[in-house]
Amino acid sequence: MSNAQGIGAAVKRKEDRRFLVGKGQYTDDVTLPNQSYAVFVRSPYGHAKVNGVDAKAALAAPGVLAVLTGADVAADGLGGIPCGWLVKSKDGSPMVEPPHPALAQGKVRHVGDPVAMVIASTKAAAKAAAALVEVDYEPLPAVGLLANAIVPGAPQVWDEAPGNVCFDWHIGDPATTDAAFAKAAHVVELDLVNNRVAPNPMEPRAANGNFDGANDQYTLYTTSQNPHLTRLLLAAFTLKVPEHKLRVIAPDVGGGFGSKIFHYAEELLVLWASRRVGRPVKWTSDRMEAFQTDAHGRDHISNAKLALDASGKFLGLRVHTYAAMGAYLSTFAPAVPTYLYATLLSGPYDFPAIYAEVKAIFTNTVAVDAYRGAGRPEATYLLERLVEKAARQLGMDRVELRRKNLIRADQFPYQTQVALQYDIGDYQATLDLALKEANYAGYAARAAASQANGKLRGFGMSTYIEACGIAPSALVGALGARAGLYEAANVRVHPTGSVTVFTGTHSHGQGHETTFAQLIADRLGVSTDQVEVVHGDTDRIPFGMGTYGSRSASVGGSAIVKALDKIVDKGKKIAAHLLEASVADIEFKDGQYRVVGTDRVKAFGEVAFAAYVPHNYPIETVEPGLEESAFYDPKNFTFPGGTHLVEVEIDPDTGVVEVASVTIADDVGVIINPMIVDGQAHGGLAQGIGQALLEEAVYDAEGQLTNGTYMGYCMPRAADLPNFKVGNHVTACTHNPLGIKGVGEVGAIGVPPAVINAVLDALAPLGVTDISMPATPEKVWRAIQAAKAGKGA
Amino acid sequence: MKDFEFHRPATVKDAVALVAGTSGAKYLGGGQSLLPVMKLDLAEPAALVSLARIPGLADIRVDGGTIAIGALCTHDQVARSPEVAKAIPALAELAGHIGDAQVRNRGTLGGSVAHADPAADYPAALLGLGATVVTDRGAHAADGYFKGLFETALADGELVTAVRFPVPRRAAYVKFAHRASKYAVVGVFVAETTAGVRVAITGAGATVFRSTAMEAALTASMTPGALDGITVPPDDLNNDAEASAEYRAHLCVVMAKRAVAALR
Repeated sequence: MSNAQGIGAAVKRKEDRRFLVGKGQYTDDVTLPNQSYAVFVRSPYGHAKVNGVDAKAALAAPGVLAVLTGADVAADGLGGIPCGWLVKSKDGSPMVEPPHPALAQGKVRHVGDPVAMVIASTKAAAKAAAALVEVDYEPLPAVGLLANAIVPGAPQVWDEAPGNVCFDWHIGDPATTDAAFAKAAHVVELDLVNNRVAPNPMEPRAANGNFDGANDQYTLYTTSQNPHLTRLLLAAFTLKVPEHKLRVIAPDVGGGFGSKIFHYAEELLVLWASRRVGRPVKWTSDRMEAFQTDAHGRDHISNAKLALDASGKFLGLRVHTYAAMGAYLSTFAPAVPTYLYATLLSGPYDFPAIYAEVKAIFTNTVAVDAYRGAGRPEATYLLERLVEKAARQLGMDRVELRRKNLIRADQFPYQTQVALQYDIGDYQATLDLALKEANYAGYAARAAASQANGKLRGFGMSTYIEACGIAPSALVGALGARAGLYEAANVRVHPTGSVTVFTGTHSHGQGHETTFAQLIADRLGVSTDQVEVVHGDTDRIPFGMGTYGSRSASVGGSAIVKALDKIVDKGKKIAAHLLEASVADIEFKDGQYRVVGTDRVKAFGEVAFAAYVPHNYPIETVEPGLEESAFYDPKNFTFPGGTHLVEVEIDPDTGVVEVASVTIADDVGVIINPMIVDGQAHGGLAQGIGQALLEEAVYDAEGQLTNGTYMGYCMPRAADLPNFKVGNHVTACTHNPLGIKGVGEVGAIGVPPAVINAVLDALAPLGVTDISMPATPEKVWRAIQAAKAGKGA
Repeated sequence: MKDFEFHRPATVKDAVALVAGTSGAKYLGGGQSLLPVMKLDLAEPAALVSLARIPGLADIRVDGGTIAIGALCTHDQVARSPEVAKAIPALAELAGHIGDAQVRNRGTLGGSVAHADPAADYPAALLGLGATVVTDRGAHAADGYFKGLFETALADGELVTAVRFPVPRRAAYVKFAHRASKYAVVGVFVAETTAGVRVAITGAGATVFRSTAMEAALTASMTPGALDGITVPPDDLNNDAEASAEYRAHLCVVMAKRAVAALR
């Protein structure tokens, strides 16, 4: 580190001051002159025909400016909400891509599907009037559950999708996989469900649209993880206005976890409504609306088979997965159970053969799309449950079975059977580190102590990898992405040497204002106080792709570093002139340009000043100013990985599972700020443990969301979690300039199977062999009762 | 939320008169049950009569073998009261585990008792201790007070002003909390009183109830083992996504045993 605030320093978060004193500026905090408010009338049915909408009473209510419906959307020619990723079926045919009007036209297809938009001068007036809109629904047979949607004769969400199949996709080689199974000494099979979860960011979604008719200019404030993507989709597909007439601002955003990546109808509708009523229009989701309309995560049903030779070496893997899409295709929904899931099925293991089939299925529910980890948690859960079952079935030690099959450090770069090429890793090292930190050797004593206390103790583990910074653009384009996946940065050095960084990534909790400032401090030798990081405003930042998939540091940070390299190089030319030396003799270190081997130096600030006050300046060869831009398109994904270890204690009388300890050892590549990296791991672990033990968005067969409030949906709280032990073993990514891999999702990816494996380990002596997420007290108690009954019989 | 009138009378008499004279009026204590349902438009009272400015409703008085707690005492106040902790530690403990810190800072004993939520904690203490609900016009023994789901012996407009708890020899309350809401899925209050053993169960049914089978078994032997073989019939118990009736029936016995083990 060349600077106490540079790469590797646990600098406190610069942005926290404004959050802690309540001065964050979120979308709902933005109230424009002459503000009006929108409230949506939403379907109470999972599936219904809309025979008519009577808005007369609502229009007559006090303060009401307009009531808009699907007919108005059609009349004004608004585009449907597009899907951003095309997946093709095995036979080459494109996925079924049904229309998605911003307000329902003719039918509603999930609870929460918007039917009408009421705009009034106050939110209370809009809400009161919304209750007066009369919608004539004719309920239709609905299919709220993935398990029901795949059976013959199931109700049809879309006429054009027979059997509710959106696409039927595959990856890997069926022939070599068949051959692997043919010669296997052991085959282990597992059926499992990955439970549907609701994202629950602390800040609900909101959008405030303003049309300035005098200048034909639209401005949208929205809770987005990627304002430029939202602008692109609005400009090109939905609102259909030129991009230079549309400004999208995502100010402070209070968490997203994936759910704020996507372009939602409300973002379009507030802009359009503003044009219609001539006033800015603001909508803020309430919590129940959030449960019903934010894209959910997971929701898979899978069958997996693992072939092993007599010694326990993996020979092949065969997977069949049904993945729920919901009623409409959300922006990246098709990519999640395909290119972010099945491509990860090799995990950290050396698999000679893999074949996976994925059927994406429509259901009468809100859409399913990326949620922290997006596909990778589903792959990890499947693989690690299966490997654990194999260890038990073969009577092998769970650690040794994994160790035997982990890709060795000398096998990198490692080409998997499912398209990815891992650049680097050391899975044995993270395994060893985790076992040591968890005092695995002392586990038997801890289990005995629990038993003496009337509790059942269990140990569970997962060794996992994930893929971040999805790229390069050319590859993802070939796989169906309708967007590029590079990142952009602009670094503006001011005349006295302070710096503003404009980044295309977006921070909604990640701490970019600190970590990116640390990059500048590291490279330019300035204090982080001298750096301002700007994101989230399409009129200020370069065209970037935003933040998701743990990409900001590895892709966005690399773009910043590329721009910094240009700054440093240009500064050398200026410094050479000022120092009357040749450029080749100038080195830049610790914020100073120096003639190598001498004490002749120019501080970075002096060079910056010369660039803007070019009195004594190499004007013939160097332009004035010190500002550089860069775009960075990665050569490959990055591949963080590691080992997660969990111990649980189960109360056999109640079935309550207590997480006794969590020890993880990750390899997330080079770490900019260890405190922020630990915090990211902690948050991911909380969400992963939440999915494993507490959280599930439960639809009934008719598509009613039965637990869409905090009285029913259980979020993890501090008291549900132990202190986490987080360790890191770094192998630097080989293909980006910083060696960074990514940390945002590792906790949510690695830990759920470790939790369930620990629960099953605790219950194994009783004869319990399977339990699904979330492992609720009653579910655990019932498993114990069933096992007891089975043994008695 | 619909518009409503808001009153802050200074006496119990004025409060009762306001509610009696205003159709659709409701008393407002800490608002921890009423305000959430108003926000969801599930309750639309025409007027709220706040009790906050009536003096004397938040007193805690020990009177020989009885402790009288004012209706406006917050859960936090009861949980932290040295008098309550000394006389009936189980009651202080119960109050300290209602909902979360925010709820305990606003929610009141009187509000909980008047609302009679089937999963509330206080009803178990009232019934388990054989308490008396004191109102503006008289008193109700806990045994006849809780009538059913959100249903009590209170007449229209009758205002709870205090609850008198007899001090038991020993008592304990153990609950199995709902993971999300922290309400009692099953909460069992066991008390050894001068009038005999009492076992009250909240959360499990439509309203709090006594288990005579458990009381008989514990009268014979006040030990957790005395409850071995006792079953609670699941037929009338609540059955929901968090806990089936069968699981609740099982938890009744488990929580009762733990309460017996925790008696003090």
